[in-house]
Amino acid sequence: MSVLLIAEHNNKELKPFTLNVINAAKQIDEDTHVLLIGHNADSVAKQISEVSGVKKIIHVDNAIYENYVAENFVPVILKNAESYTHIVSAANTFGKNLMPRVAANLDTSQISDIIKVISNDTFLRPIYAGNAFATVKSNDPKKCITVRPTSFDPAPSTGGSAEIVKGEASEEYSLTKFIKKEEIKSDRPELGTARIVISGGRGLQSGENFKLITAVADKLNAAIGASRAAVDAGYITNDHQVGQTGKVVVPDLYIAVGISGAIQHLAGMKESKVIVAINKDGEAPIFSVADYGLEADLFEALPQFLEELNKLNTIQK
Amino acid sequence: MKILVAVKRVIDYNVQIRVKDDNSGIVTENVKMSTNPPDDNAIEEAVKIKEAGKATEIVAITIGDDKAQETVRKALAVGADRGIHVKADGIIEPLAVSKILKAVVEKEKPDLVFMGKQAIDDDCNQTGQMLAALLNWPQATFASKIEIKDKSLEVTREVDEGLETIEVNVPAIVTCDLRLNEPRYASLPNIMKAKKKPLDQMSATDLGIDTKPRIEQIKVEEPPKRKAGIKVANVAELVNKLKNEAKVI
Repeated sequence: MSVLLIAEHNNKELKPFTLNVINAAKQIDEDTHVLLIGHNADSVAKQISEVSGVKKIIHVDNAIYENYVAENFVPVILKNAESYTHIVSAANTFGKNLMPRVAANLDTSQISDIIKVISNDTFLRPIYAGNAFATVKSNDPKKCITVRPTSFDPAPSTGGSAEIVKGEASEEYSLTKFIKKEEIKSDRPELGTARIVISGGRGLQSGENFKLITAVADKLNAAIGASRAAVDAGYITNDHQVGQTGKVVVPDLYIAVGISGAIQHLAGMKESKVIVAINKDGEAPIFSVADYGLEADLFEALPQFLEELNKLNTIQK
Repeated sequence: MKILVAVKRVIDYNVQIRVKDDNSGIVTENVKMSTNPPDDNAIEEAVKIKEAGKATEIVAITIGDDKAQETVRKALAVGADRGIHVKADGIIEPLAVSKILKAVVEKEKPDLVFMGKQAIDDDCNQTGQMLAALLNWPQATFASKIEIKDKSLEVTREVDEGLETIEVNVPAIVTCDLRLNEPRYASLPNIMKAKKKPLDQMSATDLGIDTKPRIEQIKVEEPPKRKAGIKVANVAELVNKLKNEAKVI
């Protein structure tokens, strides 16, 4: 029995969440191998080889893997899948796009978005936007699994010394073409891994008003999140969305500002360690999950919040 | 161009679901049901494309028990031309759904298949990608913008880092994001007209597809509850609590 994990990277660096998925894979079986598909990604191969617990890396390099196109990646995964019992990747837009195409080719019923490994065939996963947890057992000989990264600690990025072997490229899939990726660069911590997240909702009333959120985020070194309503209204870009169809975050501190707390939003943040809600509607459902609720007009509360933070001698980074 | 749109009947997104007392699943009796929200976006997009003169026919398909028909009728009321209801009971896993859709695609020969990116009940996010795999067609998942070209589509996809644009040759599968468009409501006259639109019925068995689940659902539980929090009187108290009680800042 062994696990084949599909690495997510940008040809320069491993995406941090891959470390969390490696940890989940190790809980399924200690014999965890990583498949790295990319172009000129030797530095990534080296980086993975140092991750504690990785036993082997299969590195497939070709210009057609410069950009991530599932239709190109899947034949490589299938070619390597034979000797493995489990194929795993992250349950983010990378893995969600990729894994079902692998699973259907293998005639396997995929288990998506696991949050706990119970045994090598039984897993816990949230359903109905996290309002229920299902314990499910796969009876397929080969199991395809996506892992919710925030539910697992990252594997230590040092201490390993896995061997790197070269794998073969497959033929290019000509019917899908990558055109461009508009990546929003920011100096802030990444939303998925930040220790503190401050999110704004429809209550902000405009994109311009998000500067109130930004000011607090700067002070706390926090990532900025948003409700779907705020993204739909064009206040902020989609990569900030937290919720059932956006990102799932589990920071130490989550501050929800002007967010009513629809179940779809709660799905993305209710596992946070400490939740603060600032909302002028005292009946808003967000208060039902908040450790600290402040019933107040956000346009007054946010500047005051910043002022109070400025009074503190130290702020944890 | 002919578009097949797959729609699923799910518990309405506004309903607070309840876990059955025996932990065998979710209570669905006497619960409001509706079309899976991003499937509404899929239908809307198909109708818009037809209105723009770029599609000739829209076929809406659903898989499920007798009541699942309502979902197809709703799609017909907002502009689909005809419907297909594939009868199947119990949990139909995405793999089985994609096999049924493949069988229908082979009969109907659509140029495009649209569906929502994810069903809000099982949250699997698999069916479109699986269908694309079985047909070896291109897949444009999580689409927030679709531009029809001559023999291809340019699709903007919502990904974790922002937006990505790909071009897929037709025939192709597109899974729709909630931001793709604003689904319209069906007008009463159109709901009446939809009742007269053709709706074919068949069963998964007719299509030769085994829908027996491969995954055993051992139990379904409520997630651990958060302990009730407190309301603070003002911002100063909030900051004090965060600093000295929760110790997170």
